[in-house]
Amino acid sequence: MTWWLLAGLAAGCYCFKIGGVLTAGNLRLFGSGQSFLAYLTPAVLSGLIVVQTFDGGGRLTISALTAGVATGAVATSMKAPLPVVLLVASATTALTRLL
Amino acid sequence: MGGRLKTFWSRQHRRDGFLLGLAVGTFGVTFGVLSVSAGVSGLQAVMMSLLMFTGASQFAAVGVVSTGGDPMSALGAALLLAARNGAYALSMSQVMPSGKGSRLVAAQLIIDESTAMAEAQGNLGESREAFWITGLSVFFFWNLGTLIGVLVGGVVGDPFTWGLDAAFPAGFLALLMPHLKDRNKRRAAGIGGVVALVTVPLLPAGFPVLLAALGAVVATRIERQE
Repeated sequence: MTWWLLAGLAAGCYCFKIGGVLTAGNLRLFGSGQSFLAYLTPAVLSGLIVVQTFDGGGRLTISALTAGVATGAVATSMKAPLPVVLLVASATTALTRLL
Repeated sequence: MGGRLKTFWSRQHRRDGFLLGLAVGTFGVTFGVLSVSAGVSGLQAVMMSLLMFTGASQFAAVGVVSTGGDPMSALGAALLLAARNGAYALSMSQVMPSGKGSRLVAAQLIIDESTAMAEAQGNLGESREAFWITGLSVFFFWNLGTLIGVLVGGVVGDPFTWGLDAAFPAGFLALLMPHLKDRNKRRAAGIGGVVALVTVPLLPAGFPVLLAALGAVVATRIERQE
């Protein structure tokens, strides 16, 4: 990896972060603009969860990881605290991979 | 001191934020090991974790470089995955500190984990605290993990063997679920999830998560029509 590439990667990644912060800070938003920003995180996070759960390299895949996330979801619906959810999801996935 | 420390850890969001950082740290080790084996120098791997500080993009860049891809493809793949941090940053303006200097620092800490933790809290004070604790914890352990991976190799074993890759989507789901009581946020999350699911087989990595933002557009439109 060249240092030029590394500099470009670092600058690009930070630009998204600081760009979002500065843009939102300078906007005077009312009504639906504020709603949109409030709904942005749930929408994007939900997309991230789906991708992390089902994306097996550009293909929808059901795997040991999917099983782990599913049991984690069951633990969540039973109001388990976050550490328990993480543990249940990891343990299920690890055990399924052993099979 | 012991008493103060005990009081600090008595709050759930503080413990959760710390724990998420620890889990991310194991993947930091993997990143360090993988980078070195891909021909990226140890110093560069460490600099990537410090300066880019967004795991998926770092893995993507190293992946492209290791397969002999050109710098522009590495940059494109990494930035596509980093763009979602911009979406988080847009929606986190209230959580951000007011001082200019601290904003510059806080911006670097905007990643999946800190955003999900901030989003999951009931009030602004706790959101701010959850953001900082999670962001700093992830930053510390991700960089420590990278350093360990570069210097001593995979001492913690493969996090995939431990199933830790399932911990993140499961954890994000646990943090998101309480919000789904709000009808519009539920719509945004539902539509975002479906868009991502449909686009995973069709588009390169990065696009499906970005396009999930359409869920927010649709939810806003429906709300306006009601």
